[in-house]
Amino acid sequence: MANSKYLIFLGCAIPYRVSSFEISSRKVLAKLGVELAEMPEFNCCGLPFDPVSHETMLILAAKNLAMAEQVGLNILTLCPGCAGTLKKVNKILKADKSLKEKINGHLKEAGLEFKGTVETKHLLQLLKEDVGVEKIKAAVTRPLTGLKVAEHNGCHILRPKEFIGFDDPEDPQTLKMLIEATGATCLDYIDETECCGAPSVGVSDKIALQLARDKLNHIKMVEAQALVTVCPFCHIMYDTNELRIEKTFNEVYGIPILHYPQLLGLAMGMSPEELAFSELRVNAKKIVEQFATQGAKQ
Amino acid sequence: MTEAASTSPPQGKEQPIKASEIDPKFKYELQKMHGSEKILKCFQCGTCTSDCPVARFSDSYRPRTLIHMAQLGLKDRVLNSDTLWLCAACFTCTDRCPQDVEVASVIRVFRNLATEKGCIPQVFKDQAQSLIETGYAYKIPDLRIKKRESQGLPPLPKGNPDAVKKTLKGVAFFDRVQKPQGEQASGKQ
Ligand code: SF4
Ligand code: SF4
Repeated sequence: MANSKYLIFLGCAIPYRVSSFEISSRKVLAKLGVELAEMPEFNCCGLPFDPVSHETMLILAAKNLAMAEQVGLNILTLCPGCAGTLKKVNKILKADKSLKEKINGHLKEAGLEFKGTVETKHLLQLLKEDVGVEKIKAAVTRPLTGLKVAEHNGCHILRPKEFIGFDDPEDPQTLKMLIEATGATCLDYIDETECCGAPSVGVSDKIALQLARDKLNHIKMVEAQALVTVCPFCHIMYDTNELRIEKTFNEVYGIPILHYPQLLGLAMGMSPEELAFSELRVNAKKIVEQFATQGAKQ
Repeated sequence: MTEAASTSPPQGKEQPIKASEIDPKFKYELQKMHGSEKILKCFQCGTCTSDCPVARFSDSYRPRTLIHMAQLGLKDRVLNSDTLWLCAACFTCTDRCPQDVEVASVIRVFRNLATEKGCIPQVFKDQAQSLIETGYAYKIPDLRIKKRESQGLPPLPKGNPDAVKKTLKGVAFFDRVQKPQGEQASGKQ
């Protein structure tokens, strides 16, 4: 589908800490012909408040959806947590009239109304369904042949299946397929769909770090040259914490953690600077030297 | 680093149950709440615990046990258990439970109820504070917002905390997190 237009919903984590994800996503989407409009305003999607108040989560999500409805465009998110929450709340409220009325009672205070007229997609779903693998393959000018990477989908892009449902949560294929479209090889490893541990940070850092360590050990075992993520929280968990995990548990990894659009952008001939590679904590020098110095063949 | 798990006894080391602790109506209350409607369908197979990534690294967090305790009516033990807050909301249990109990949502209901009793880990209080002040869950530094232009990014859409506050009026959690701040301001110390 050519020239699809989406309203980009950034969420809080990306502008707070992971701008490299936003920068690389925007670059890649522009080149693939996906037009983006900005939200007039937005607030937290609601997910962080679900543990303490389900009602708060519902109201915050519905408020965002109502604002998007006013613009009249479907939503694109880069954060799987935001995507999952907006999808879920949209579905719940459309199915439960009395709950919808109750939530709309709250939204009315800010002059808003949830109607249920917009859909939400995560970047991965958009790349698969709207752009399509063939178009992505055609956009690759610098195939990453020989590069061996591992993927980490993260929980909220897969589960719960009832609300997300564009991939098989037990054996997800979308990200693998999109990685292979760049020419790189995507390796299988133990416990691919395991949680990164990020939600436990602050409650029990120890458990969170152990989960992340487990994952890094598994991808080290298959000798992946990089781990590819599509979630700001997973990225923070591995990239920001890799050094800390190495020190805490006496491990050695040196495995760079790339956002999928960084990998794709590289294959599309963009420079590491354009794709904000410099913001990565674990440097991806080896990969950059291997591919980016070949120069883009346009 | 906080270690919430440390004050809960490891699996099998709990205090004996006293009859006076049991609230036989708890399970029926849960049945009526959004998210825990199916709690009585749990037949204790243990799939949730065996597949739980957190349980693997914690010696006290066990989703199956929490559900069993709730079915038995051990309301206070469930709600006061600080292991409750260890769940990473990964939804593995929800997808794999053979009885479709929606385990992660049940845990969420427990946490919501614990919150109503005033047990809220600091992380959530901090996020609530940020929400009230900025509309975002984290306080995005001004420097970051300003830097966007030089990074070639469009301006960050506004968080509009006033509109957020208006829509959250009357939500019990929201009133609760706002109150202690007010009390502090009126000079409690
Ligand atoms: S997987 Fe479902 S049925 Fe089995 S113990 Fe857990 S909640 Fe109960
Ligand atoms: S959602 Fe919570 S209880 Fe369920 S498997 Fe994940 S961490 Fe364990």
